[in-house]
Amino acid sequence: MKTIFAYLDSVNGTIKRTAFEIATAAAKLKAEKGSEVFAIAVNADNSIAEQVKEYGIENFINIKSDLLAKFSSQATAEAIFQAAQEKGADVFLFPATSAGLELAPRISAKMKAGYIADVIDFKFDGDTMLIKKPVYAGKAIITNKINTEVKVLSLRPNVFTAVKNPAGSVNFVDFTPNLNNENVKAFVSNTFKNEGKLDVKEADIIVSGGRGMKDADQFGIIEDLAGTLGAAVGASRAVVDAGWRPHGEQVGQTGKTVSPTLYIACGISGAIQHLAGMSTSKFILAVNKDKDAPIFKVSDFGIVGDLFDVVPKLNEGIKKIKG
Amino acid sequence: MNILVAISRVPDTTTKILVGSNGRNIDTNNVKFILNPYDEFALEEAIQLKEKNGGKVIAITVGPAQAQETLRSALAMGADEAVHCKIESEFDSNTVAVNIADYAKRMNPDIIFMGKQSIDFDSLQLPSLLSEHLNLPLATIVTKLTIEGTSVKAEREIEGGKELVETSLPCIISAQKGLNDPRYPKLPDIMKAKKKPIEEIEATTSDLFVEVVGMELPSKTRLNKMFGSEDADINEVVRLLHEEAKVI
Repeated sequence: MKTIFAYLDSVNGTIKRTAFEIATAAAKLKAEKGSEVFAIAVNADNSIAEQVKEYGIENFINIKSDLLAKFSSQATAEAIFQAAQEKGADVFLFPATSAGLELAPRISAKMKAGYIADVIDFKFDGDTMLIKKPVYAGKAIITNKINTEVKVLSLRPNVFTAVKNPAGSVNFVDFTPNLNNENVKAFVSNTFKNEGKLDVKEADIIVSGGRGMKDADQFGIIEDLAGTLGAAVGASRAVVDAGWRPHGEQVGQTGKTVSPTLYIACGISGAIQHLAGMSTSKFILAVNKDKDAPIFKVSDFGIVGDLFDVVPKLNEGIKKIKG
Repeated sequence: MNILVAISRVPDTTTKILVGSNGRNIDTNNVKFILNPYDEFALEEAIQLKEKNGGKVIAITVGPAQAQETLRSALAMGADEAVHCKIESEFDSNTVAVNIADYAKRMNPDIIFMGKQSIDFDSLQLPSLLSEHLNLPLATIVTKLTIEGTSVKAEREIEGGKELVETSLPCIISAQKGLNDPRYPKLPDIMKAKKKPIEEIEATTSDLFVEVVGMELPSKTRLNKMFGSEDADINEVVRLLHEEAKVI
């Protein structure tokens, strides 16, 4: 664990929030093992170096290539690999995001190294790194060790809290990889944002509706409550399968795994596959007319009643305190 | 069009997970295993492509003897052939990738499909590992796929939106829910599947890159405060969220 490569996710030259979490995790490794840390970004704005300095990063490698103007995980991984060869990197940290989850296994294949995805914690037992990750959508957590000398990890977003720990100065270097068109056989040609809609993965509060909503048209009360709270709308598998809500909103084992500060479950009975996706939420409020619904067992607050009566009242009550 | 679909065998989503006696794996007693749900989207897309363009669909899995049940499910859906890469010892994702890549090199498929992730270890790594081992382009978490000639356009889900990935055949696609509506095998399909061939090959084993050393169940204690639906109840819940939990 001599040389750590910490990959910073960036969009149009600006880094994402996960970058600070990755930087913080790298700083933790450095503190424990005395490793040298290199932050890596692609075609990044120079101002990023100053930002990550706040989180203890002393070396910054900016990979520059016109062939990386459009994102290609194949080409980006090749570029990181080339930089890693030059610096002798033996630990790689990626964010477990849509980009990082493609890059990390590629690096593990190139380095013939063990890789653990979606890591929520790591610690050392002597020289052995013990790495925790959720499995079965969070129904269990496993502890792993990596047997190869080179280690690759992707870290679950929002778990490794970013802590400021300013470094003195940043050693800033550009790296020009040796790439050709063969490396960009697949590339991202366009990106579409879900306008005005907050993603359940990124929301602090989620208001979810289940089969108890009875109909797609009834989701207005869920959207109203979510609007008041600045929350994302979520859904159970039953309502997504019924075509009432888009799959992007599905929370659970075959949807998204979320851990917001508050999860409000309306008309969701609490099937195991749904609970797997949201049981790490900080607080859970459930509204259901069946007092024996399994969702209440995992809830902090449970309201037994008709959601069509309760949800609008909740909305009014919350509006009052929000003034 | 020759299509390879990599599939896996996972516990049903309704499974209550318990830790097995070795403390490292799940207790598989009374656990029903199914075809990984995301692999159904992969298979459906492969079968539709075959129906349109001709060719054949081969399903492959790496695993112990029980993996054959999963291959039968794929055959019942409409795969033409199945390959069981047999392994009884402990194995990791690297071993799976090496074995599937070895088979793909011999078969030379036009396209390789798989589910975006297996719902057991949820690592999403096999598509990328195969892309590296085979040096083939890749699009992951795909919700819409358009193939014209050899040109491929794939819409993939990302945080808060979508990306359009452009590439060409041969390539690797990992399927997300929404890509299609997987067909439900009918009884005659299931009967026919029993007669379809399953080729057995011995997996190449390799040193484990990673090992599981322990498994635990997440523990979180909840307040479990229950209320009725009177106005006073709702006001109290709002107050608790605001003043005690401080989340609104």
